[in-house]
Amino acid sequence: MSFLPYGVAAWLLLIGLYGIVTSRNLVHLIVCLTVVQSSTYVLLLAIGYRSGGTAPIFADIPSSRRVVDPIVATLTLTDVVVEATVAALLLALAVQAHRRFGTLDPNEMGALRG
Amino acid sequence: MSSRVRYAVFGTGALGLAVLLVWGLAGLPDLGDFAGRYGHVLAHSAVPQRKATSSISVTTFDYRGIDTLIEEFILFTAAVGVMVLLRVQRAEEEVPAEPEAVRRPTARSASLRSLGAALVGPILVLGIYIVVHGHLTPGGGFQGGVILMTALFLIYLAGSHMNLGRLRPLGAMEASEGVGAAGFAVIGLGGVVLAGSYLENFIAPGQVGYLVSGGDLPLLNIAVGLEVMGALLVVLGEFLDQRLLMKKGQA
Amino acid sequence: MDVAPYAVVVPLIAAGVLTGLATQVNRAIAETLALAAAIAVTVFCAILLVRVAAGAEVYWFGGWEPRAGLAIGVSFTVDTFGAGLATLCSVLMVAALVLMWRYRDTDAPHFQTLMLLFLAGMVGFCLSGDLFNMFVFFELMSVAAFALAGYKIDEDEAVEGSLNFAVTNTIGSFLILTGIALVYGRTGVLNLAQISGTLLDGPHDGLVVVAFCLLAAGFFVKAAVVPFHFWLADAYAVAPTPVCLLFAGAMSELGIYAVGRIWFDGFADALAVHADGLRTVLIVAGCLTALVGAVMCVLQDHIKRLLAFATIAYVGVFLIGLGLLTSDGVAGAAVYIVADGLGKAALFGAAGVVQHRRRSVSLQRLRELGPGMAATGVVWVVGALSFAALPPFGTFLGKSLLEDGLVKEGYGWAIAVLIATSALTAGAALRAAGAMFLGWGESGPPPATEEESVPEEEGTPERTPAVLFVPTVVLALGALAVGLVPGLVEAFEGAAEQFVDGSSYTAVVLRGANGPALEAASSYSAPASAYVYSALTFAGALAVAAVGLFGSRVRGSIVARTSDATQAVVAPLRALHSGHIGDYVAWLVAGVALLGGSFAIALQ
Repeated sequence: MSFLPYGVAAWLLLIGLYGIVTSRNLVHLIVCLTVVQSSTYVLLLAIGYRSGGTAPIFADIPSSRRVVDPIVATLTLTDVVVEATVAALLLALAVQAHRRFGTLDPNEMGALRG
Repeated sequence: MSSRVRYAVFGTGALGLAVLLVWGLAGLPDLGDFAGRYGHVLAHSAVPQRKATSSISVTTFDYRGIDTLIEEFILFTAAVGVMVLLRVQRAEEEVPAEPEAVRRPTARSASLRSLGAALVGPILVLGIYIVVHGHLTPGGGFQGGVILMTALFLIYLAGSHMNLGRLRPLGAMEASEGVGAAGFAVIGLGGVVLAGSYLENFIAPGQVGYLVSGGDLPLLNIAVGLEVMGALLVVLGEFLDQRLLMKKGQA
Repeated sequence: MDVAPYAVVVPLIAAGVLTGLATQVNRAIAETLALAAAIAVTVFCAILLVRVAAGAEVYWFGGWEPRAGLAIGVSFTVDTFGAGLATLCSVLMVAALVLMWRYRDTDAPHFQTLMLLFLAGMVGFCLSGDLFNMFVFFELMSVAAFALAGYKIDEDEAVEGSLNFAVTNTIGSFLILTGIALVYGRTGVLNLAQISGTLLDGPHDGLVVVAFCLLAAGFFVKAAVVPFHFWLADAYAVAPTPVCLLFAGAMSELGIYAVGRIWFDGFADALAVHADGLRTVLIVAGCLTALVGAVMCVLQDHIKRLLAFATIAYVGVFLIGLGLLTSDGVAGAAVYIVADGLGKAALFGAAGVVQHRRRSVSLQRLRELGPGMAATGVVWVVGALSFAALPPFGTFLGKSLLEDGLVKEGYGWAIAVLIATSALTAGAALRAAGAMFLGWGESGPPPATEEESVPEEEGTPERTPAVLFVPTVVLALGALAVGLVPGLVEAFEGAAEQFVDGSSYTAVVLRGANGPALEAASSYSAPASAYVYSALTFAGALAVAAVGLFGSRVRGSIVARTSDATQAVVAPLRALHSGHIGDYVAWLVAGVALLGGSFAIALQ
């Protein structure tokens, strides 16, 4: 049972990659990339969890209370920002692709070969 | 490569990757048994050392502040990148501002417009609250910045936009972005001048639980909030401009 | 005074200021500010390079020194290779900014902002000593690179190339992050030196192997090791030429550097018993990359794709050097990286000149335009000879160091791969020179990729502008200089000793010990066998060029049959490089599985 979050992370990674490989629409592809990125959030946060722990905000809890790891929260925050930025750039490219090729289907964009 | 070959290659690869992942993840400690020294030390040093109650904020902006500086700049890069990638369309289709008479309301429904107008104020205040209290509660510059951006876009939604015109004062948004980004880096220099090391906290920690505590954490949160707000305004504005241009094509 | 943080902070502040005042700055101000910032970074990195010869330096951000043996803050751990690579990146950035001076469509100040952010990302990545901090700088560098690659949005291919680049490299980044998560889950720390000690104490099980595999795979995507390499030719073909110069000369090598850094300073202690197995895997991967890159290079008609595949081929060579896991191999790879980086940059500069004057990068079209442009031709041939690793060039010394290292570890057969790679890439470059500058050769089948004909630079096509030509010549001279400056090779050998010494790295970072100073190795002179191999390579290069230029004139059944045989092998390889993102990702996943499987066998 305790392997479940890690399993979910692995599953998200694989299913996101599957989506990218079989995609026929660039926006769908970019969202699948987001799914791949989500797998790392799940993994990080699952790693940092400590049973019986609460959020590491000491505003109203005694400082000896067991808390979850704050570092994975920082790492995940950074991760989310990175994901958002990459998604933004890729979507801008998708907009351009639609203007250039008239389509969002990767199968139809054949400008680069060999 | 035909799609069948591609799926075969991917299928085998994915199978191998799955086995690899399960093998690797099996070595992790059981859920809830994480015993990392580093995290434990940081969590329990935040209050004594920086008098700030949110140890996540202290980790983000103080212990690992350089990571956050660069992360902020990654968002900055994306905003500039989106401006660069969507630029020809802007120049090609540049249209002068049209007179007031031709302004069209953005949203068709009157209730949406009034609700939006009513919400701008509260959401703006909420955003500022979250930015400024980042060192005391969950929140901070990144989260608050997104909310501030939402408030400003509500102005667009609730108001009227110029027909086919430009959406917003680009200069002000870029200025907000640039000031926020450079601001964080410059505050770090303050650490060098006044405390001895880049990004070192050079303001006195203050008292636990008060707004003025945590040293330079509130300042850093404000810088990040400005930067995130500006960057997201730029990014979403660029995409909305594209839509306006496409509508012009159809109209 | 500490210099390390300013190498990163100065370009960041400059970028922020440029964007903050975007509506007020004109192009000249933006270009000047960017160039000034890049020169400042070069100076800082050079100062660091000189200082760390006396021992590696550690800079703790935020004043958080280690407490009770636990690293609390983030460190910049600067040793000779880190500082050296950072200096190379900043020098190439200065060259690229000068080349952009006359660029027609520079969206000032946004382009300059992106370049400064790219520089900050690269320099920070080289100097960092913390695993997650490396990842963050890596992302900064990558995001700026995605935007720069897609810069020429008025071309169809630029959009597709940038998309392929962005999707594959993002997947690579998230493989790295998964690896970091696994390492953090086991060790609980993020500082590289601390990880080394903690991994050593813990069990050496599947998690350590898989974490190293994911980290290596992610960095190999950036470095474009086969089969993660498909995106590179697409991206380099479509980026503006000065940006390509940066990508080829600096960005590609960073992936190899990263794998070396995390191996020697992170995982080597824990997995030391299995170093031999890892050596085999890395050398085989390097040979495969070198051969695929070299063969595809010969087949190209588009000049920039030719240079892109040559880049992949040399990444394979660098990986062979790193894969030896000894200081000889690392020193050889380092000398090669610097010399080849400068040589490739010069070739991209020359390609930029050709593009400006002739308005084409397709060999077919350029051949039809007839002979001309002698001065650029000379620079191009100098670059091609640098590929061939001929004696005065730095690449010759790098190659002979690699050959020595390979023989010492019992991998002498890989020397044949080195010779073949150099011969094929140099031959391709010489053939291109013959076609472009002498009009030799015959028209062949139509090019696979659409040629670009939109001029990049301002100015008339009759004259080569000085801002294009001078940096190109300087870079070419640099490639020569690496081989001619006395004592340089010995310094590289000393720096390599420093790089592979993981335990002194840990001592410097965690216990504040003084790092070992650079030792002057005994004077190095290439053995006679190196000259023999070099002669073989040159002969091979001439043969490849001759066949490429004049082969269709020679009739004869043997030639025809060998030609058919090679076509049968080569055509499927070409077909794989289809430009389709789904193909690339499928190969990426298969590659990770393959790498993981090899590591599982080699490292258990």
